[in-house]
This record gives sequence, C-alpha cells and structure tokens, in this order.
Amino acid sequence: MAGWQTHNGVASVLPLANIDTDQLIPARFMSVPRSEGYGEYLLHDMRRDGAGALRADFPLNNALRADVLIAGANFGSGSSREAAVYALVDAGYRAVFAPSFGDIFASNAVNNGLLPARIGHEVYRELTSAIVTPRCDVQIDLKNGQAMFDNTQVVFHLDDTWRMKLLNGWDDIDLTQHHAAEIMQFKTNYAQTAPWALPTSAV
Amino acid sequence: MSAPQTLLDKLWAAHEIMRREDGLSLLWVDRHLVHEGSHHAFAKLAARGLSVAAPQNTVAVVDHYAPTRARSKIADPQIALMIDTLRDNAKRHGLRIFDLEDPAQGIVHVVGPEQGLTLPGLLINCGDSHTSTHGAFGALAFGIGATEVAHVLATQTIWQKKPKAMRITVDGKLGAGVTAKDIALHWIAKLGTGGAQGHAIEYAGSTIQNLSMEGRMTLCNLSIEGGARFGMVAPDEITMAYIKSRPLAPDGDQWKAAQSAWYALHSDSTASFDREIHIDAADIEPTVTWGTSPEQALPISAALPDPTSLSAQKSELAFEALEYMGLRKHQSLAGTPVDQVFIGSCTNGRIEDLRAAAAVIQGRRAKVPGLVSPGSQLVKAQAEREGLDKVFTDAGLEWAASGCSMCVGMNGDLVGSKKRCASSTNRNFKGRQGRGARTHLMSPAMVAAAAVTGEITDVRMLLQDRNS
Repeated sequence: MAGWQTHNGVASVLPLANIDTDQLIPARFMSVPRSEGYGEYLLHDMRRDGAGALRADFPLNNALRADVLIAGANFGSGSSREAAVYALVDAGYRAVFAPSFGDIFASNAVNNGLLPARIGHEVYRELTSAIVTPRCDVQIDLKNGQAMFDNTQVVFHLDDTWRMKLLNGWDDIDLTQHHAAEIMQFKTNYAQTAPWALPTSAV
Repeated sequence: MSAPQTLLDKLWAAHEIMRREDGLSLLWVDRHLVHEGSHHAFAKLAARGLSVAAPQNTVAVVDHYAPTRARSKIADPQIALMIDTLRDNAKRHGLRIFDLEDPAQGIVHVVGPEQGLTLPGLLINCGDSHTSTHGAFGALAFGIGATEVAHVLATQTIWQKKPKAMRITVDGKLGAGVTAKDIALHWIAKLGTGGAQGHAIEYAGSTIQNLSMEGRMTLCNLSIEGGARFGMVAPDEITMAYIKSRPLAPDGDQWKAAQSAWYALHSDSTASFDREIHIDAADIEPTVTWGTSPEQALPISAALPDPTSLSAQKSELAFEALEYMGLRKHQSLAGTPVDQVFIGSCTNGRIEDLRAAAAVIQGRRAKVPGLVSPGSQLVKAQAEREGLDKVFTDAGLEWAASGCSMCVGMNGDLVGSKKRCASSTNRNFKGRQGRGARTHLMSPAMVAAAAVTGEITDVRMLLQDRNS
C-alpha cells in the first residue's frame, strides 16, 4: 500500500445517514475474487434498478468520476466486510468525509489507503448545502487535516495513528515482524501465567 | 495499591505485548475463528508466501454459505467454491474445521461457546462483526476486517487502540415475554446505532446477572448494532456452569487454575467508566424494529412515528424507512401483516431461543410460511431430542440445517422483494435478507407469535392464553 500526503480530486455528495456496509456492497457479490475488482458493486442496489440499469435519480450516478465522497453520519456501520472498502477503492474513491463512521469500517478503510475523514455535523450541513452541482473540486491535505471543497475550507479529524499509517503506507504485517522477539517473550510468560488459555486440542 | 480497573482494563493488560508511542497496542490473540468469508485474508497470506503462525489457535467453521437443505449436493457452483476454498485453506494450514458433515457444525458464534473454544479471559477475533457475542463469557472479543484477519493469521497478534469503557446497567425483573433481545433493541433505540461507537460495553446489573448464557450472548452479539465493537459480561457461576465439561474447555488442574483467574475478571467496585447508562428492566417491553436500522425500534404497544415530529436527521431517515418498509405513520406496530418468519442466526439460534419460540407455537398452526434454522447442528440435535422440531413442523414451519441462512442470505435462503419477514436476526438493513426484503427484528418468541397470527403480535397475549 502506497502512502499519500495530498489528493486533488472531485467530490460528490450522498446526503444520507446510516449508509451501512450491506448497502455499500450487498452480500451476494462477496464471493468474487478481489482481482476481478469490486467497483461495479459499490452501492449496487441503490445505484441500479431491478434490471441492473443505472437509476437516473441516484446522485452518484451523475458524478461517477468523483473520487471523494461526502456522506451522512454513521457511514459504514454494520458488517465487518472489508469488501465495502474494496468497492469504494476499486471505484476510485480515496476519501470519505462524514460526521461519524462504523468502527470496523474506518479501520478497514485505513488498511486500504482510504481516508475516513471525520467532520463536524455543522461542516457536513455546510458542505451538503454548498455543493449543489454534480462537480466539486477538492484538495485534501492529509498531514494538516484540512480540505478545500471549491471555496469552502474544512478541518477534518483522524486518529493520529491512522494518519501516520495513511501518510506512510505502512503495512502492519511488516511492522509486527520487527517485534518478533517481544511476541516470543510474551508467549513464554503467558504460558506460565495463563496455561488454561492455551488451546486444549490440536487438529 | 493499584488503581481500580474495569473488566476491559484487566483483559487488555493481560493481552498487551507492547504499546507503541502513539498509543496503539499489540495484542496476543488466543482464538482466531475463520469462515468462508475469510477467503480474502487467506489470499493475502498466499500472496506473501506466509503460513498461519499458530494453527492450533485457529479454527475454521463453515457457516456463512452453508446450505440449510440438500447439503450433500450443492447446486450453486459459486457457493460450492466458497466452501471448498475454506476446506483447502484449512487443509493447507492444518486448521481444525467444522465442516458441513460435522455433527458440531454451526454458526461460528454458536460453535465457539458450545465447544469450549470460547472462555473467560481470552482474546477472540473473527472476521465477523458479531464476534462481540463471545464477550458474554468475559472475553475480549471483537470483529475484524480481512486485512486484520490476514495479520492475525500471519502473526497471531493484532494492533488495536484501546476503546473507551462504557457500562450499561440494567436492574430489576424483566416482564413476562421480555428477553435479552428486547433489552438490546431497547438500548439501541435509545442511544442510536452509532450510540456506542468507540466504546467497549460492559453489561451489568441484576437483570444481566439473572440472564442465562444464551441471553447474555444475544445481548453481547447485538452490541455492534449500537456501534460498539465489544460487548462483555463479567463471568460468574452461570458462566462456569455453562463452560464446565465442554469438549475443549480446560479440565482437572487446569480447570481449577482457570476458575481462580476467571473469578477475578470483573470491574473493581470503584472503577470508573467513560460513559454510564442505566436502564430499568420494568421499562422494557417486547420490542420490534419498524424501519431499516436497528435503532428504528419501538415497544410492541407503540404506533409508528410521524417523521415530521422527529429531529431533522431522524425525520429524513424515517420517511425513507417507512417508504421502503411499505408502512404508514401512526399505524400501530401490532397487527401489521407479515408474509413469512425466520428463526435462527448467531443472535437468536440457540436452544433457549428455540424453546421460547416452540412454547408459543405448541398446539397452534402458523398462518404464514417460515424457516427455522438452529444455530448449530448440536442445537438442532438437542431440539430434536426435546421434540421441538415436531412443534415447528406440525405448525407448518420448515425445519432445516444450521448456518447463517436467512440472516444474510448468502446461502440462497432469501426473502423476496417487498415481502415482510418477522425475523429473530440482527440487521434490518435494506436488502439484508434479500433485495427489497422488509425485515422486522424481534425476539424468537415474538417471531413465533407473528407466525401463528400472521401479523406482528404482542406475544404476551398468546402467553396469557397459555396460562389460563
């Protein structure tokens, strides 16, 4: 995963709260290998009618070139499916701005280089009313926690550990392997202090 | 003397290998449960040429795509492939697998406790948000995404920021026909689906102490529907009685050592929480969702809200939910006709749930079709020993094998578009049980009441009949 510091893109608005991960990607598409791409499935049942045609009345269908999403509170609540993040990333999204996020979704997002930018409810209202055209240019400054939507300057919040991870493109498995000695030490002690915690039967 | 600690503090400290300068902890994972949906994580592992770090701590369960009928010949090739992929990965990495033919197969969050894989004091991960279920034993159990699953597979550890501590205290006696499911829907309706975001919930109080393990599991299971990745209950005699003699639970001297460790797993009396909520059990009625989010729930005696009377944000959601659900404002929840019912899932698919539903259905006919899928094959066998299967089938409901089934529909057990389903599951999200499906969440007893009347019904009316 590559790190990033700034992003210049196009924002679009999905002014709904509680967009859960079942809506971001319905469960029936989750058996597809990632290599085939998940972008087509993003918000599938909201974007498409029963016959699979794009619905003209769905906001994002008129802004599919967008790569930054502004959405309502509690974005990504529900299931832990990382496929919800894959769908956004594979559709080209780099950031989601919302008043709050599901905890597991936000963590999954950061693990895939997608910025879950938390904004105040006031800022959310300001942005959703300011952006009326399908196209809104945005510049994101990840390091300083700021973004400019057309002429509206916005401050966003992000846990510092997540900011560092996005900036550096850190891979957790690589990081953890540097701590092999500490893990080994812990295991040795743990077997003494909590022997009952060890699995009682192998295969 | 050390500072007073919460249960969360104690569990966290016991698993913390190290803490980084930025506050992130590296935690040891005692049990890692994987299922067919873990295919992304295994693919990541393969791409890096890594093997599973601790195969003996990793257990595979076939549940999300498990067919509930005709198991020997799976018609859908995509479903067969998902299950075969898990089998291949389990074999390659030497993992114990609870496969379709295993008499102990079932939903991962039912199998873990049933087998004694789930114990107090453990850290348990699974690539499923309802992993919070296992917290009912006083374990640190939380759902993770595929990248994190791959990390646990590769290292048997996980990086995590310690959540804030929240306590929900419920005191008093639950009324007749009121269950753990109703406690959960009650608090989620009160605080909202994002109400506990960033927090680990400890459930406490006399009502919780009097709940069975099944009830505590239902309550902890639904923590994520209120935004909390963790739910937990301090272990007590009820916990110990449930665990004793489970196949994979410690025995002999280990059991004795475990007992003394487990009884110390409770919040100190003077420990402070970042957030405290108090609920009076007497205020909880049988509760039913009417909308497309678990927070859109009301007592069975209530009428549906007028969206214009709600706050701006809730109003918009309510308009949309009423439209999707095909309901009108001011309509009373009771009396709403349903097309079908479902009893099962990691939330309410345990033996106690089936008994509660059967007690209502016994001697009655279902007016609508329905599916009963026990939480595990062992629950199914137990229910059959008790004759509960007959109660359901005599009433006209279908009795099937165990899996996630109609809760998420991945195995093809789906609710049709615009069909209304009274369901003992956990999510009433749009499209969750099938595109266009209309889900009403409620307790298994309430689902049973809906089955026999063909409409959303206050189960207490039917229980009154029973007692007279």
